Amino acid sequence: MNEMTPVKTTLKDWESDQEVRWCPGCGDYAILKAVQRTMPDLGVTPENTVFISGIGCSSRFPYYMETYGFHTIHGRAPTIATGVKLANPELDVWLITGDGDGLSIGGNHMLHLLRRNLDCQVLLFNNEIYGLTKGQYSPTSRVGTRSPSTPFGSVDRPVSPCAFALGAGARFVARGIDVNKNLSATLKEAHAHKGTSFIEIFQNCIVYNEDVFEPFAAKKTADDTQVWTVHGEPLLFAKGEKGLALDTDKLELKVVDVADGDWEAAGVVVHDQTNRGLAQMLVQMPFGDFPVALGTLYCDPAPTFDSAVGEQNSAASVGKDHDLQALIGQGQTWTVE
Amino acid sequence: MASTAETIEQPREEDASAVVVRFAGDSGDGMQLTGGQFTLSTALEGNDLATFPDFPAEIRAPQGTLFGVSAFQINFGSRTIRTAGDAPDVLVAMNPAALKTNLPDLVPGGMVIADSGAFTDRNLSKAGYEENPLEDGSLEGYQLLSIDMSAMTLEAVKPFGLGNKEALRSKNMWTLGLALWMFDRKRAPIHDWLKTKFAKKPEIAEANIAALDAGHAYGETAELGYAFQPRKVAAAPAEPGLYRTVTGAEAISMGLVAGAQLAGLPMFFGGYPITPASAILHHLSRWKQFGVTTFQAEDEIAAIGAAIGASYAGSLGVTSSSGPGIALKGEAMGLALVTELPLVIVNSQRGGPSTGLPTKTEQSDLYQAVYGRNGDAPMPVIAVRSPSDAFDCAIEACRLAVQFMTPVMLLTDGYIANAAEPWKVPDLGGYSPFPVAFHETAPGEGEKFNPYARDDKLARPWVKPGTPGLMHRIGGIEKSSSTGNIDYSAQNHQEMTRLRSEKVLGVADHIPEQDIALGDASDTLAVVGWGSTYGPIHQAVNRMRAKGRSVAQLHVRHVWPLPKNLGDLLRGFDKVIVPEMNNGQFKTVLRDQYLVDAKPLNKVSGQPFRIGEIEAAIEEALDG
Repeated sequence: MNEMTPVKTTLKDWESDQEVRWCPGCGDYAILKAVQRTMPDLGVTPENTVFISGIGCSSRFPYYMETYGFHTIHGRAPTIATGVKLANPELDVWLITGDGDGLSIGGNHMLHLLRRNLDCQVLLFNNEIYGLTKGQYSPTSRVGTRSPSTPFGSVDRPVSPCAFALGAGARFVARGIDVNKNLSATLKEAHAHKGTSFIEIFQNCIVYNEDVFEPFAAKKTADDTQVWTVHGEPLLFAKGEKGLALDTDKLELKVVDVADGDWEAAGVVVHDQTNRGLAQMLVQMPFGDFPVALGTLYCDPAPTFDSAVGEQNSAASVGKDHDLQALIGQGQTWTVE
Repeated sequence: MASTAETIEQPREEDASAVVVRFAGDSGDGMQLTGGQFTLSTALEGNDLATFPDFPAEIRAPQGTLFGVSAFQINFGSRTIRTAGDAPDVLVAMNPAALKTNLPDLVPGGMVIADSGAFTDRNLSKAGYEENPLEDGSLEGYQLLSIDMSAMTLEAVKPFGLGNKEALRSKNMWTLGLALWMFDRKRAPIHDWLKTKFAKKPEIAEANIAALDAGHAYGETAELGYAFQPRKVAAAPAEPGLYRTVTGAEAISMGLVAGAQLAGLPMFFGGYPITPASAILHHLSRWKQFGVTTFQAEDEIAAIGAAIGASYAGSLGVTSSSGPGIALKGEAMGLALVTELPLVIVNSQRGGPSTGLPTKTEQSDLYQAVYGRNGDAPMPVIAVRSPSDAFDCAIEACRLAVQFMTPVMLLTDGYIANAAEPWKVPDLGGYSPFPVAFHETAPGEGEKFNPYARDDKLARPWVKPGTPGLMHRIGGIEKSSSTGNIDYSAQNHQEMTRLRSEKVLGVADHIPEQDIALGDASDTLAVVGWGSTYGPIHQAVNRMRAKGRSVAQLHVRHVWPLPKNLGDLLRGFDKVIVPEMNNGQFKTVLRDQYLVDAKPLNKVSGQPFRIGEIEAAIEEALDG
């Protein structure tokens, strides 16, 4: 839909008449508002927009958007989205999923969606917990997470959603925080990217996992704990007093001090969003020693699955007999007089 | 095969009008190819025919072993043929294992043609023979033709300079050549086929042609004696028209394309490789010019999920699998059902449960089709009876899916999928179109669109995303019958459950009444079947009626909902038996629906029924 003449809509045009029913204070409210606020800036129409979700708290999302919406089954939203987009590539498809829906029960579909590069936006709400089923640990929960199903703490190691996405061959990988004002800009970049745009959104579950992201998401300390990546700009944080440089011995990033704003002297890396290796290093930085990388970490467009299928369908039809009667009567035949 | 009059089958010993030939060899011997080409030459002679390919699950099982034997049986004749035949008259055995596993099926005094070159000590011991059966007199009760086909093939293809292994690959063509001579067939169509198949390797084509001709020439020149003289099987009577051979998988694929065209829709097919359903994916993926998009998904769930997504976006979504894959699709079928989107699910049944017998046939997914979803989740179920019937059944499944906005299960099985039979090519102009009218009218000022409004068939409107003014949300959570919004209320769920049930039961008002295939309602015994048991039941009932027994055949296409008159029909018979290749599933459905004392006749050996088995059951039911 990106090629169409921009259409004027307002926030109201994107709000359905349904009462929003997440827990008071849930991060989902902020994400919903950010999406509804961003849609008018994309120049698209509600009737050409489809929101598709799986199962979980986040997956109620489509009911609140005044667009076409399909609340499907647990983990399978990528499969339904694939059929929708292949059947009608003109539609603007958004997937809403969570850490359990998208990376546990639906992990396989997510892998294949990303490697195929179907043109759609994937918003993965990561709250590191199963909310709708009342608080069990999830595949992104940190080791030691105590939950109804892990009263002595979880022992399995979590998956990193963005590292998974890059490993699967994603061409657009970004990170955002539910309540952060930058989310809208990231959504716009995701929408502008043709192909599967994967956005991990750190989302606060106020009931079962409150403030799990607070160490890096808190506004008060954000300067020191967050590095926002901008293509062509140096990877700086702490008000420009620190940056990320390449440790060439270990082939990983390191935090360096920047004196007097001379980031070049400190060896700070300039963000290149087409550099997959850099993206991999950014998503794997352990928080604590490092800040958390946010924004568009990787964007390197490649042909989409839906366009490839459409092109092959057209090419394979050229010069072929379109007469079904001829098809059913072909092969070795004989006539009875 | 479509013929105007039924001919009564005579006892075999007096019956020269039909012959059963079985080709059996190692799974690498090319027996399926040999059988396929022999089938083609049989069809071109105008014989009626039915085939039964029977091969191991392993692609290349260890050479010479009993479990690696691959067989292809064909029954052909100058009269109507409905089964692949109970017992072969002619057995072609390419090695000791093939002889050992297939000899017990041969008719007494039947013909054995064996490749003596493959009866080596090593092969004999793999097959568990202590002595060479071709030499020890143990085949005295049969007409034995023992030929060193291996050596003769090597000699025939010598001029082409192939290696020993490569050259022996033509052995099946030598065999086919001999078979063509024996039944007085033309070689030219096989020559043409070989030239096309090996267009890029002309030396291989020539070697195969040389082997074929050598096999044929051997029959002509060797003085084989009276028993082995060529016999001509005359053409079977048939309605005038254009004919071809067709397998069930081909006919279903073409029927699905025709169904989508009659509905005026592009077709989207989501599939995942599984035996014996993959052939449908293969066929459809070649037919993009008919508005078909095929998608090989990452798994069975993704295959149906994508098909549901495509239906939601306005295509006719189709998915296909076999039992284990259908089990995986269960939750998604429920989603299609509760969101009331059209969808066709094809199940090519195989032996189960679990992985079961992938290459063997069974009808044991009937419960799964009719009942196999969580919640009260009814869905129309249609069963294919033969390869040529598959075309019409696929169209019928498409029609019900779009007219009733529902998923429809189309049941076929491994036997139908692989078996070939002659098919009178239908005139597509003779099928009534059922064009889909998408809902496009936006509600008036102050009104709201209800996605669960219903028409006279209780079907809801189909709205394509992209339609202005009709944005709405659907999903697996229960929705209000009056607004389409989420509604958990007790009263609404009761109402929606009723509506879903009544809609599917209402299909019975839009399908043909049950007919009686043979006999009439005044007969004593009804033999009731569904699916691929049609052929053997038909022949058995036919033979019993010829003997004056009071027996009728009913064969059910619409397994759910059942035809409206079926209950009354069944209650009119004194006795009812239900032959099935399962442990009695349709029998239970009939007993449940009609309180009739239907008796089971079950077979789960992975092999189709023999006519004789059903004849015996009829006699027992009538006399017992």
